[in-house]
Amino acid sequence: MLKKSSRVLPGFTLSLGLSVFYLSLIVLLPASTLVLQAAEMSLKEFFQVVTDPRLMAAYKVTFAGAAIASILNAIFGLLMAWILVRYEFPGRRLIDSLMDLPFALPTAVAGLTLAALFAHNGWVGQWFDVAGIKISYTFYGIILAMVFTSIPFVVRAVQPVLEDLSEEYEEAAASLGANKAQIFFRIVLPHIGPALTIGTALSFVRSLGEFGAIIFIAGNMPYATEVISLMIFTLLGEYNFPAASAVALVILFFSLVFLMLIQLVQSYYAKRYKSV
Amino acid sequence: MKLTRSKQLVLAGAALLFSVTGQAASQEILNTSYDVSRELFAEINPKFQEFWKKESGNDVNVKQSHAGSSTQARAILQGLKADVVTFNQVTDIDILAEKGNFVAKDWNKKFPNNASPFYSTTAFLVRKGNPKNIKNWDDLARADVKLVFPNPKTSGNARYTYLASWIYANKEFAGDQDKIKDFVSKFLGNVVVFDTGGRGATTSFVERQLGDVLLTFESEVNLIRKEYGADKYDIIIPPISILAEFPVAVVERVAKSKGTLDVATAYLNYLYQPEAQRILASSFYRVHDSAVKTEFAAQFPELELVAIESIFGSWAQIDKDHFANGAILDDLLKKAHKN
Repeated sequence: MLKKSSRVLPGFTLSLGLSVFYLSLIVLLPASTLVLQAAEMSLKEFFQVVTDPRLMAAYKVTFAGAAIASILNAIFGLLMAWILVRYEFPGRRLIDSLMDLPFALPTAVAGLTLAALFAHNGWVGQWFDVAGIKISYTFYGIILAMVFTSIPFVVRAVQPVLEDLSEEYEEAAASLGANKAQIFFRIVLPHIGPALTIGTALSFVRSLGEFGAIIFIAGNMPYATEVISLMIFTLLGEYNFPAASAVALVILFFSLVFLMLIQLVQSYYAKRYKSV
Repeated sequence: MKLTRSKQLVLAGAALLFSVTGQAASQEILNTSYDVSRELFAEINPKFQEFWKKESGNDVNVKQSHAGSSTQARAILQGLKADVVTFNQVTDIDILAEKGNFVAKDWNKKFPNNASPFYSTTAFLVRKGNPKNIKNWDDLARADVKLVFPNPKTSGNARYTYLASWIYANKEFAGDQDKIKDFVSKFLGNVVVFDTGGRGATTSFVERQLGDVLLTFESEVNLIRKEYGADKYDIIIPPISILAEFPVAVVERVAKSKGTLDVATAYLNYLYQPEAQRILASSFYRVHDSAVKTEFAAQFPELELVAIESIFGSWAQIDKDHFANGAILDDLLKKAHKN
């Protein structure tokens, strides 16, 4: 009796039923349509489509871009979160709320703005141009767009955990003779590790699928700066629904694998923390 | 004045009633069109509304929807309630005929001139004074020239550009397939950015200052020059180019169910009337009406316009040979990338 009343939501079966129904409607139904559309092809055709050389080049660009972008986000997102949590300075609240801007802004607007800013005659781009570095319409532009659209994942994941980590631990470590690097790597990093990993992985998965921001800045040159989401768009332009679905499934597959890995990391840390 | 709650309710009710009855008396049709025709139809639609009022005594409201031609066709297949389509690619109307009978199979016989009330061709826009001395298509394959046009896979506009370069090469090399392909792959290799649509390419060329030559419809080339300043750009009309017909069709399946078949048909017929043809010509589209033609003759330099059927066969054939996955365009892009 006591156990039952401790749950806020009514009846296990009812809530489970509702959740499963909702999940089916919102997630499984669209996903299964994708499979159905792709199923118009034989397995051989499927592999032929998804391993087309131009697509292979696009996978390479997309995965490499997402990897670099998420590593950059891990480093600078952590720094950002650290500053927001540990320092009090004028404009801190403003910067804190600006952190969500990439989520709020339509990605196409972000792409257009970034492309203009970093074009060889743009406000920022002209200075890079002097040094011979082109950003808009190159691979760097893709990374830039991916960084922009997914940095909040890292910041917002790490921030609350950092807030939890009281400075006393660091002071205690310092009083025992630990240097700054030791404090960071042995006290701070293990504590925020799971959140940082999850934030980075989410940023990676998001970058894989990003379309709006990227197509405006990528230049979209075949074999050089085409991303997977553009290839799907292109295939749709040819009314080739099965092929588009097939490519979408490939990206979906990799995203699911990464999401599962995140789950594994999360449960690994959860267990470790429990045993401590 | 402060209204009581009940008065507000009565007013709201009256407004609602009025809007419902108002809708019953007038009709609404949706014209679904390609990306760069936005301003054109914004100019034509009010004139047609006047025309239709005089003609039938009824009010009609013409709404516009614009995006890439193929995107629009896909939207209609998936349920966009368009009454008429005014596209820049025959294939995009064909797909509506093939899948789900949205338009008649013989749609291109339903209106004059292959159901194309106006046409254009691919022309070049270069920076003032033509610093790279661009005269003809062969200049565009030179190693020192950078080009901007959208991706032929996602833009009808760019398909014409690609086919026009092929038409030039076909004449130049007297049909020698290897030489043509070599030329076109060099041409494709000079592209600096592949935007997904015509307007994106314009932005790249004008705002971002990318490339030496922008290739797009003659109409668009003229509009850009007008919009961004005749002192900044020159127009080059090559001696030979493609005849780009802009097909129109009534989406009968939708129009029948909405009861707008008459007004939709009248709308497309109106595009052939001198009044509409004049608007089209002043937007730099080439037209068929002979009086309007003479009136605007100075605006349209003579050139050899080649119909695609004379070289490539049907559009279905072109799709299969050139634009399908793994077809010639993909091959040439690969080759261009390796060079």
